[in-house]
Amino acid sequence: MQDSRLSSHKEQNKPPAQSEHGRFFHWLDRRTGIDALLRAALDEPIPGGASLAYVFGSGLLFLFLSQIITGVFLALYYVPSADHAHTTIAYITKEVTAGSFIRSIHAYGSSAIIIVLLLHITQTFLYGSYKGKRELLWLAGCGLFALMLGMSFTGYLLPWDQKAFFATTVGTNILSEIPFVGNALKSLLRGGTEMGTLTLSRFFVLHVFMIPALIFVFVAIHVYLFRKAGAAGPIQGDAATLEKSAEPFYPRQVLVDIVFALLIICGLGLLAHYWPVDLGPKANPADTQYVPRPEWYYIPVFQWLKYWEGAFAVMGILVIPGLIALLFVALPFIDRRGERRPWKRPVALAIYAIIFAGLGVLGGLSRRGDLLDPAIRSQFARQRADVDSFMKAPFEPELAGSSLVAANLALANPLANQGKAIFEQQTCNACHGDSGIGTAAAPKLIGVAVKYDNEKLKALLKQPTKKMTDGGMPRVELNDADLRALISYLDSLK
Amino acid sequence: MQEVTPGNSAGAPAPKGIVAELPLPARRSFLGVLLGAGMASVGALLSVPLLRFVLHPLLRATTPLAWSEVGNAEELAAALPTKKLIAVEQRDGWRKIVSERAVYVIKQENGQLAVLSSICPHLGCSVAWQAEKNVFSCPCHGGLFASDGKLLGGPPPRRMDFLESKIEGGVLIVQYQYFRQLVRNKEILA
Repeated sequence: MQDSRLSSHKEQNKPPAQSEHGRFFHWLDRRTGIDALLRAALDEPIPGGASLAYVFGSGLLFLFLSQIITGVFLALYYVPSADHAHTTIAYITKEVTAGSFIRSIHAYGSSAIIIVLLLHITQTFLYGSYKGKRELLWLAGCGLFALMLGMSFTGYLLPWDQKAFFATTVGTNILSEIPFVGNALKSLLRGGTEMGTLTLSRFFVLHVFMIPALIFVFVAIHVYLFRKAGAAGPIQGDAATLEKSAEPFYPRQVLVDIVFALLIICGLGLLAHYWPVDLGPKANPADTQYVPRPEWYYIPVFQWLKYWEGAFAVMGILVIPGLIALLFVALPFIDRRGERRPWKRPVALAIYAIIFAGLGVLGGLSRRGDLLDPAIRSQFARQRADVDSFMKAPFEPELAGSSLVAANLALANPLANQGKAIFEQQTCNACHGDSGIGTAAAPKLIGVAVKYDNEKLKALLKQPTKKMTDGGMPRVELNDADLRALISYLDSLK
Repeated sequence: MQEVTPGNSAGAPAPKGIVAELPLPARRSFLGVLLGAGMASVGALLSVPLLRFVLHPLLRATTPLAWSEVGNAEELAAALPTKKLIAVEQRDGWRKIVSERAVYVIKQENGQLAVLSSICPHLGCSVAWQAEKNVFSCPCHGGLFASDGKLLGGPPPRRMDFLESKIEGGVLIVQYQYFRQLVRNKEILA
């Protein structure tokens, strides 16, 4: 059984493998079956031959790969905490070699994904490629669309600058319009009722672990179902002609796909090099002046939400978008005719055009509204100036928390300050170290006030224990006022 | 509706009807080499910024040790030796750590100001200046040093350590460093 299978395998694959490839490939193939795998991947027949119209799917895969690579590299320096996120992004942008370039590729890459995604959907729609037992393929694609929007929404907050903070505040507030569970959902996403460091942690985990994992799964399903159904091919043409002119995925379609990928990466590279993405000042939740605007692809939705107030808000925020999304998702179930030629599908095409034109008009209205309102315009100018001045300033490293003991002491309280002078006068620091950091001779005093209360400290200073005197600790002879000051200083050592 | 079953392509002869001037294998390997070379060169080009990004902490020109301010040189020269607390700043990636260290400002025989570390070269206790006895003494094991830091007695293996210092614009500045204990010759700890 085993032998006969092996020999039949050899008969099938050995001659071409040896003539086309070297001995190493043959060796590898016998262990991995890579030849059959490559053939399955590359010989996918494309009815009607290779075409520029089919590049968007692989373009998306390529962009997703680029996002993963740049994202993993960015994580080398990024810290997802409200304290440090902004500093680390500033560090990446202003100090790390090629940091601004890689961050810009990642940020522009997210916009590129949305653009190519819309092109991919439009091509699929125009070509009627969702028809013919491809409902699940379409659904998996809808899932990927939603996940990608989730990626851009969660990624937007991570730099924790003004625009990230306020755009996400508005974005998450929309959730509270959902009846009954809205506020609970919002709190769940934010990790509390307000935006804070827990929100950042949640968005980070969604952005780098959960959503990417789901995207992997959905891409696998999407590609599998695509291969199962086969490439849809051109809009028209009889089956026989199409089969005659079919050609395998490799080499021509691969070439076209790679040329498209190269165009994308060159475009991103040029953008990143000549117009690097900026970073605004750190998020300041107390700023009441800030006028946030979401990323461009969310602007139409943002504008749409302005028209719905009070009791009707549910209609505008939930019901209408929900219905449109449902219509979109259910498309292959509703439109069951086999007809693929767009000019024979006027209703479907009209609805598609109206929705996209509507989004365009909403975007235009938002822009126009901003340009016509002098208050908003001057605020935008201020915000722009803030971003520019922040970008021009050199990178300011963050003062580490443990350093603040010394730095803040002078400000803390005058009694402790006086106590510090006494600490040095009495040469306590000779053994306990400056700022009570401890030396080989005596333990550190940082945190000693947590261990003992003030009364106990006073008693220990006046009458040290046997263990203390054995270690060289003298009795402290001070008047009550000075002793109080010294204890106040010990209190401050944290 | 054209339905194509992809399964038949695996290992089977190429689909019928392909127009090709060259035999398929030859055409494929030429394009394959072209694609491979193109992709390899673009990949190599793109990996340059990624590599530089990763290697940033290693390749960055090593920042010279930070200089810390000790104080106005003239004022310091008035009463010597003087104990001063300096703020030592260290960079750690995107953050800086500021810590306080004690140093002694002394006058050398040639009249120049110099800065001594207050850490005893014996076991690392803080050496205290005893003005009334005109000596530095270590409270731990009784090491004694003269007012210029020379070893007078006790267990320390060498004199008190000099720190690199200079006067800039009337201000005495110093480079704070740590030195190995229990060795006869001053040895910088990295």
